[in-house]
Amino acid sequence: MIQPKHQDEKKPFPWHLIVFLTPALLIYGTFSVYPLLDTLFLSLFGTQQGQSTFVGLQNFITLVTDDNWSQAFWNALINNFKFFAIHMLIQNPIGLLLAVLLSSPKLRLSGTYRTLIFMPTMLSVVIIGFVWQLLLSPIWGISENFLYSIGLGHYFDAWLGKEGSALITLSFISVWQFVGIPMMLIYATLLNIPDDIVDAGVVDGANPLQTFWYIKLPLILPTIAMVSILTFVANFNAFELIYAVKGALAGPNFSTDLMGTFFYRTFFGFQLQQGSASMGAAVATLMFLIILVGVMLFLFFIQRRIQRFQF
Amino acid sequence: MLNAHSILSVSKYALATAVVLGSASMTHAAGTLNIESWRSDDANIWSDVIIPAFNKSHPDTKVNFTPTPPTQYNSALQAKLQAGTAGDLITCRPFDTSLTLYSNGYLDKLNDLKGLSEFSSVAKSAWVTDDGKNQFCLPMASVIHGFIYNKEIFKELNLSVPKTQGEFFKVLDTIKSESRYTPLVMGTADQWESATMGFQNIGPNYWKGEAGRKALLEGKAKLTDKPYVDTWKELAKWKPYLGRGFEAQKYSDSQNLFTLGRGAIYPAGSWDIQTFNNQADFEFGAFPPLVAKSGDTCYISDHTDIGIGINASSKNKAAARELLNWMASQEFAELFANAVPGFFPLSNHKISIKDPVAQEFISWRDDCESTIRNSYQILSRGTPNLENQLWNVSAQVINGTMTPKAAAEETQKGLEQWYAPQQ
Amino acid sequence: MTFLKGFLPSSPRHVSKSVTVHAILLAYTVIALFPIIIVIINAFKTRKAIFKDPLGLPDSDSFTLAGFQEVLLRSDFGLYSWNSLVVTLIAVGLVLLLGAMAAWALTEYKFRGNFIITFLFAMGIMIPIRLGTVSILSLMVELNLANTLTALVLVYIAQGLPLAVYILSEFVRTIPKELTEAARCDAVSEYKIFFCIILPLLKPAMATVAVFTMIPIWNDLWFPLILAPGEDTRTITLGVQQFVGQYVTNWNSVLSALTLAIVPVLILYTIFSRQLIRGLTSGAVK
Repeated sequence: MIQPKHQDEKKPFPWHLIVFLTPALLIYGTFSVYPLLDTLFLSLFGTQQGQSTFVGLQNFITLVTDDNWSQAFWNALINNFKFFAIHMLIQNPIGLLLAVLLSSPKLRLSGTYRTLIFMPTMLSVVIIGFVWQLLLSPIWGISENFLYSIGLGHYFDAWLGKEGSALITLSFISVWQFVGIPMMLIYATLLNIPDDIVDAGVVDGANPLQTFWYIKLPLILPTIAMVSILTFVANFNAFELIYAVKGALAGPNFSTDLMGTFFYRTFFGFQLQQGSASMGAAVATLMFLIILVGVMLFLFFIQRRIQRFQF
Repeated sequence: MLNAHSILSVSKYALATAVVLGSASMTHAAGTLNIESWRSDDANIWSDVIIPAFNKSHPDTKVNFTPTPPTQYNSALQAKLQAGTAGDLITCRPFDTSLTLYSNGYLDKLNDLKGLSEFSSVAKSAWVTDDGKNQFCLPMASVIHGFIYNKEIFKELNLSVPKTQGEFFKVLDTIKSESRYTPLVMGTADQWESATMGFQNIGPNYWKGEAGRKALLEGKAKLTDKPYVDTWKELAKWKPYLGRGFEAQKYSDSQNLFTLGRGAIYPAGSWDIQTFNNQADFEFGAFPPLVAKSGDTCYISDHTDIGIGINASSKNKAAARELLNWMASQEFAELFANAVPGFFPLSNHKISIKDPVAQEFISWRDDCESTIRNSYQILSRGTPNLENQLWNVSAQVINGTMTPKAAAEETQKGLEQWYAPQQ
Repeated sequence: MTFLKGFLPSSPRHVSKSVTVHAILLAYTVIALFPIIIVIINAFKTRKAIFKDPLGLPDSDSFTLAGFQEVLLRSDFGLYSWNSLVVTLIAVGLVLLLGAMAAWALTEYKFRGNFIITFLFAMGIMIPIRLGTVSILSLMVELNLANTLTALVLVYIAQGLPLAVYILSEFVRTIPKELTEAARCDAVSEYKIFFCIILPLLKPAMATVAVFTMIPIWNDLWFPLILAPGEDTRTITLGVQQFVGQYVTNWNSVLSALTLAIVPVLILYTIFSRQLIRGLTSGAVK
C-alpha cells in the first residue's frame, strides 16, 4: 500500500501523491514514452506499398546480415565507438585538468575562466558547425596561416574532407564544444571536498600531486563515472554536428557516419532514397539497446563500488 | 537539381503581403493556398513577383510560399503529409520521390487539368506513373549543366573558350601554370557536386544521352561499360586542377571562390547564374560539356527538375487547380524564366529570356541532344540507392581514393542486386 | 610582470605554480573563445575584407554594418528571439516544477509502482525523444497543436523531465529526514511540506537543472523544424539556420546572423552562470 516512508500511522488515500506525480507522468508518458514505444513497435513491421505487415524480427536480421544494410550499420557503430573513445580520452581528461586548476585555492579570476570556458557549450551546433568549417577551411586559411606561423604549416591539410581525418576532426570540434560539462561537474565536486580532509593530507606531508591522487581523486570518482555515462549516452545520440557539417550522407565515403545520421537517413530517406519508417525504427531500437547495454555495463563495473552518484 | 543546388540553402518564409481584397470577382475560387517547396532561394521572387501577378487575375486567393531547406524538404514534407499538416500545393521532385507520394495517396491525379496540354510528353515524363496513364504533377522547370567561366581571367591569360576535351585540359594547364587562379572550382566535401556537376554534366557525351540512359534502363548497357568508366576517368583527371584542400571545400565555398574572382572555370548548373549575377563583379560566360573531337554530336543534361502537384487532402482544391492552370500559362513562364534565370520553363510557349548567360545555356538545346540524369528514373528505386552511390563514388574518384574501374564495379554491383533487367 | 602582480598570490614560492595555472587556463580560454571572436569581428567587415584578412579587426575601410542590416531587413530576428525565449522559459519553468514534484514523490513516498516509474524516467535520460518524432507529430496534429509553440513546450517538458527528476531525486535524498518528520508531527499537510519546506531547499539544484535543460531547448533545431516551422512560431535557432542556408555565400550577413544569435545566449548565460555553479556545488552530498 501507499504510505510515507517515515511514518507508520495509517493515512487516507494519498491524493497528494497523485497531485505530485500526475502532471509529470502525463506529459512524459504522452509525449515521450508513448511515441517511443510506438516507434519500437513499428520496428516489427514491414511496409509494402503503404500496407504494413507484421514481420517479427526480420528488420533486425536484415540490418545485421544483409550486405546493403549491415555494412552501413557496422560502419556507423564502429565510428560511434571511435567518436566516444576520443571524447573519453580527450574531453574528460581536459575537463578534469581544467576543473582541478580552477579549484586551486585562492585562484584569482577563477569565476571568469569558468564562465568563458563554458561558453561554447551554450552555443547551438548551427553556429559551431559553421564557425569551425570556416576556421578549418583551406580557402579562408585561418588555421593554415596559424600553423605556418608556428612552423607547422606543412602539417596542414583539408582535415574535414579526408577520409582518414574527418571523423577525428569532428570529434575534436565536439570535444571543444562540450568540455565545459565535465569541467563544471567535476569542479563542483572538487569545491565540495572539505578543506580539513585535504589539510590533514598536507599535514601528513603529502605533496600536491599526492594530495590529488590519494585524496581528491577517490572523492571525485563517482562524478567521473557519471560524466562517463553522460558522455556515452550523448555520443551515441549524436547527430546534429555531423549533419550540420557533413550532411546526411556523412562523407567522405561514410567515414563520419554515426548511429544518429544512419538512423536519420534510414528513417527519413535522403535525396532519391526513400525513407523506411520500419527500418528506421529498427535502427532506433538497436541504438536504444546499445545505449542500454552500455549504461548497464557501466553501472555494473563502476557504480558497484560506489554507493551512489554524488551531485 | 536544385535540391542539391543550395545544399544548405534555405529561407525565410516570405509571406505574400500584397493581397488585394477589394475587387473580388466571384467567378474565381477563393481561399488561402500554401505552397510547400524546397526553393527557399526563390522566396522573395514568389512574394514580390509571382504571387502579385497571380493575384491580378485571381484577387481572392491568398497564396503563401512556405519553403523548407532543401536538405530537409523530403523528410519534413513526408512527416507533414503523414500528419496532415502539409500545404495545399506540393513542389515535386522529379520521378520516384514524387511517384511514391502519389502511390501513397498524398498527391492528387491531375489527368483532367487543362493546363497540362501546354506541355510535351517529355516534359511530363518526370511526373507520370510507370504505365504513363496518370499525371500527378505539373512540370515547372528544368536545369541545364555546363561550365561557367570568368571572362576577365580568360582575357588576361589570352584563352579562348574550349571546344573539345583536349582544348579543355589545355586551357586548364595554362591557367595552372601561368597564373595563381584555381583552374577548376569545385569541392568534394558535399559530394553531390561530384555526381551532378561532374558525372551527370560530362557523362552524356560519353553515353550518348538518351540512348545510353535508356540502354541502362533496359539492361542493355552496364555501368561497367566503357562510356561510364571513361566518364569517371575524365573526372579523375580533374583532381590536379582543383583548389588546394578541395576535399573540404563545400558548395558555398566554391561559389565564393568563383565569385571572388579566385577561380577560372566552374562546373555549373544553370541555377548558379542567379547567385553569380548577385555576387560576381566581373563578366562571366558559359560553355557546354565538351565533346571528344570537334564535329561530334554534343549531349547536354537538361534535367526536368521541378514540378508542382496538389495535396490530396487539401481543402481548397478548386483554387489550387486554378493556380496550376495559371502556372501553365505564357505569363507565368515568362515571369518565372526571367525572375529566376537558370530555371527553364518546360511549357511549349515561346518565351524570351533576357539574361545573357541563361540565353547561352538554353541555346545549347538547339545544337545538342538533351537528356536527363540517368539515375533519376527508376534506377534509384532500390537498395542500395544508385543516386547516393553516385555521389559517394564520384567524390571518391575525384579525391583519388577510388579508381574509375572500382567506381563502375561498385555501382553496377549495386544495380544488379535489385534491378531485374540488370541481373 | 608588473601587470601580473595583481593576479598572483603574494608568497613568492607560489608564484611559479600560479603562473603555470594561469597560463594553462588562459590558453584554454583563448581556445574556447577564439572561434566565437572571429565570428563577431568578421561580422563587422565587408565580404572582401573577410576573405583578405580574416584575423584583422575592422578598420575604417572594411567596417560595415551591411550584414546586420540585411539580417534585420530580411528576417524577423526580434520575433524569433521572443519565440525562443517564451518556449524556453515556460518549458524550463514547468520542467523544474513538475520535475521537483515528481522527484519528491518518488523519493519520499513508498508505493507500488514507484520502481517502475523511476525506471521509466531513468530510461528517458538514455533515449533521445527524437526517435519518436513521427508519432509525436501525428499526436500534435490530433490535438490540433501543430505549428504552435505549445507543441514545442510540451515536447521539451517531456524531454527535460527525466534528467530533472534524476538530479532532483539525488538532491532530495540529501535533505535531512528530521525536517519533514518534524513537520509531519506538527500535522503540516504534505503539500505545505513540499511547497514551503522542500521546494526552497531545492533551489540550488534547480539552477543546475535549469541550465542543463535550457541549453538543448534553446539550441534545438529538430522539433521547431518538424512541429512548428511556420513564420509566426519560428525559433531563433531555426531562423538562423534558415538564414545561413539562404545566404550561405554572403558571409557578411551569415556572420552577422550568427553574432545576433550568440547575443541572447550570452545574456541568458550571464544571468544563470552564478546560479549554475552555486547549484552544482551545493547539490553535492556531504
